[in-house]
Amino acid sequence: MTETFYEVMRRQGITRRSFIKFCSLTAASLGLGPSYVGRIANAMETKPRTPVIWLHGLECTCCSESFIRSAHPLAKDVVLSMLSLDYDDTLMAAAGHQAEAIIAEIKAKYKGNYILAVEGNPPLNEDGMFCIHGGRPFVEVLKETAADAKAVIAWGACASWGCVQAAKPNPTRATPIDKVISGKPIVKVPGCPPIAEVMTAVVTYMLTFDRIPELDRQGRPKMFYGQRIHDKCYRRPHFDAGQFVEAWDDEAARKGYCLYKMGCKGPTTYNACSTTRWNDGVSFPIQSGHGCIGCSEDGFWDKGSFYDRLTGINQFGIEANADKVGATAAGVVGAAVAAHAAVSALKRGRLEQSDGDNK
Amino acid sequence: MAYETQGFKLDNSGKRVVVDPVCRIEGHLRVEVNLDSSNVIRNAVSTGTMWRGLEVILKGRDPRDAWAFTERICGVCTGTHALTSVRAVEDALAIQIPENANSIRNIMQLTLQVHDHLVHFYHLHALDWVDVVSALSADPKKTSELAQSISNWPLSSPGYFRDLQNRLKKFVESGQLGPFMNGYWGNPAYKLPPEANLMAVAHYLEALDFQKEIVKIHTIFGGKNPHPNWLVGGVPCAINLDGTGAVGAVNMERLNLVKSIIDRSIEFTEQVYIPDLIAIAKFYKGWLYGGGLSSKSVMSYGDIPDKANDYSAGNLLLPRGAIINGDLGKVHDVDLKDPEQIQEFVTHSWYKYPDETKGLHPWDGVTEPNFVLGPNTKGTKTNIQELDESGKYSWIKSPRWRGNAMEVGPLARYIIGYAQKKPEFKEPVEALLKELDAPVQALFSTLGRTAARGLECQWAAHKMSYFFDKLMANLKAGDLSTANVDKWEPATWPKATKGAGFTEAPRGALGHWVKIQDGKIDNYQCVVPTTWNGSPRDPKGQIGAFEASLMDTPLAKADQPLEILRTLHSFDPCLACSTHVMAPDGQEMTKVRVR
Repeated sequence: MTETFYEVMRRQGITRRSFIKFCSLTAASLGLGPSYVGRIANAMETKPRTPVIWLHGLECTCCSESFIRSAHPLAKDVVLSMLSLDYDDTLMAAAGHQAEAIIAEIKAKYKGNYILAVEGNPPLNEDGMFCIHGGRPFVEVLKETAADAKAVIAWGACASWGCVQAAKPNPTRATPIDKVISGKPIVKVPGCPPIAEVMTAVVTYMLTFDRIPELDRQGRPKMFYGQRIHDKCYRRPHFDAGQFVEAWDDEAARKGYCLYKMGCKGPTTYNACSTTRWNDGVSFPIQSGHGCIGCSEDGFWDKGSFYDRLTGINQFGIEANADKVGATAAGVVGAAVAAHAAVSALKRGRLEQSDGDNK
Repeated sequence: MAYETQGFKLDNSGKRVVVDPVCRIEGHLRVEVNLDSSNVIRNAVSTGTMWRGLEVILKGRDPRDAWAFTERICGVCTGTHALTSVRAVEDALAIQIPENANSIRNIMQLTLQVHDHLVHFYHLHALDWVDVVSALSADPKKTSELAQSISNWPLSSPGYFRDLQNRLKKFVESGQLGPFMNGYWGNPAYKLPPEANLMAVAHYLEALDFQKEIVKIHTIFGGKNPHPNWLVGGVPCAINLDGTGAVGAVNMERLNLVKSIIDRSIEFTEQVYIPDLIAIAKFYKGWLYGGGLSSKSVMSYGDIPDKANDYSAGNLLLPRGAIINGDLGKVHDVDLKDPEQIQEFVTHSWYKYPDETKGLHPWDGVTEPNFVLGPNTKGTKTNIQELDESGKYSWIKSPRWRGNAMEVGPLARYIIGYAQKKPEFKEPVEALLKELDAPVQALFSTLGRTAARGLECQWAAHKMSYFFDKLMANLKAGDLSTANVDKWEPATWPKATKGAGFTEAPRGALGHWVKIQDGKIDNYQCVVPTTWNGSPRDPKGQIGAFEASLMDTPLAKADQPLEILRTLHSFDPCLACSTHVMAPDGQEMTKVRVR
């Protein structure tokens, strides 16, 4: 029970050399310099595995599925060596009473020392019975489990903002967890789902440094949600040059031009997709030809069609160029796009120009 | 109270056992059973315990966006709802997709089948058959001999298993058991020798590493996984093999990566999954409970169109049809648009119909919430101890095909393919039965369901290869097209139209129905696999597939629901998919249902 990461890793046959290499990779994946390697190693040598209770509310389990896709660290190493995933409906061997007993045991044994990870959110209509857990409303189980937690992680858009079940008219009154949990630090890791390596990095960071990462005003770790996808997009030069995809599978699409006119929400979406990329860095939505749908943003389901062009981005005067090009090209693609261009010219204005802090 | 239905004698007079939550599934499920004095299940009650409301939310939105909403019905079977949705919208708008798009969509859907089946077997289901703690007492040398006797998979040396066992030992000794805490270790229902358990634990971890590779195919074509991107009219990824900017599209390097993943998927399935399945099945072939409805009534819509845009049964590589009354000699045709075939009932669901003795076709569905508990419920509304199945008891509706409760899923598909005498399905089944020295009746069981899923995983991995070759041949012929944008703009659409789309999700038959009015969604409905399998009783008292499968199964220990979990898990339940929608203020939300 009082074992440290290091002891556990050593006992599992991992060499000191591999351990230090692991610490270096961790530091690198967090964007930290080599000087942090020693600190990470030291932290891991002196701390026991922190228990994690992972609860599921109204959700689709995409966050769990994403988590197990993590390439560095591997999900199996996270679960076997870095934390103690004592409760997770999706993976645990036990069920029913035996499962319920674990929550009570961890709450008592590790009072104030476990992390609560929440996937999904509680519905508040119908006395909470749109999500029933052990015969009771999920929201009650959530509040009880949060009460003795050290910190809370809100996985994904569901726990952070409400996501799809909270889209208008939100029939169940699905509610983000920070609206029902009080007095606990909550780290929001939005996205539908979040990127696997972002999820494991946030967990690793918290376990390693024994603190929650620096958050922006919306409660998101700055290190991954501090910049817009557009800011770091490899297709950005095409945006700046006024080279746009005008229709699916047109010549511009085959050349990898900017998807702004196809409704890409990269310019207003704060996430690490264009830098960290997905599934071990294989690709990300824009690279695979579809615009960003903005899935890490609050209320992204209710901001018009995913194919509506953003009408008011304003930074460095670039949009004027984009819209001018848009209006010129519109005749080629048809009346509907021309209408968009006209509307956007009228509506053009400041939507946002600052970073996540001022959002 | 006791009565007979579908060949089962239901009796709820014995000891009641409640399992809530049922873990290692997607979503929230509760099950209650009654045991007789010999601990045999004589009554089963399955309850969907969550509801989200996506169909209500879809009303009034752009049909081209519907795939993204419905994709979020489920992150485990990610993509299959999106594909069903774009097919429904394309059906409504009469959009023809390019051949390349059909091949890429099939590769993505088959990727899901392979991934989902593999993860289900090792990470959601294996612990029902594999005793992790028993693995600690295995002899690594004998484990190596066992592994090498069933497969050429290279990770099989005594040293490999010894290291793994040491890692496991130290993990257990730490006292922090993580996901293995409070498992049913040592239960006599576990039948594997320690060596088989150790081998299975090794492959549990290897499969956890490998599954993240399979989904990279989704990432290449759809940008991410879970929840890749799709497109009405084709696929969003353009292809560029020669020109400037090919690095911004699907090019030779990307295609090579796809090919490499397909090859490795075939290898892992054939060298690890299938041999493990056979090895485990050999020790459990005496445990043939859990057949439920599989020997009586099964259904499949079919999927994987060989040529683009032809959804007739003859062009679908996964079989289509319905079998009722256990008559394998007659496979009925299934039509999603026939109002007499698919109907949903709510007698025992938390909804209200004007006349609850009748079922309604998805086009005419009514969803009015009615969260009331039966008179014999124990506990309170917000603290339910025992449900009363004579009243309403689930957020899942009861779909029926021509009045019959049906089982859907890999076993249903294989039974239908077998009945249709399709060699691709019949021959592997016969080979497996021969290998296990088991009669054909053994197919209709929990184990049969688990085995069919494995065979289908292997089938799907090879079909990925087939469609990759087909894609390459088409590219070689000079066709690079991936999307048809003729009807992209809503101005080109009819004022009012409707369509239906279907797929075979990993868990079974999935249908979406859409009505479009003035360019917006007027009505959207889904009937999903776990709605079929997890359905509560209907007005005639007929039980659903989960309930039927638990009947007459003995429990080794009444306070450990190991056998219940084993059989429920064999369906791979997906509850986020199955639960229906209600109106925001408790009012009737006509023709909108689910999730």
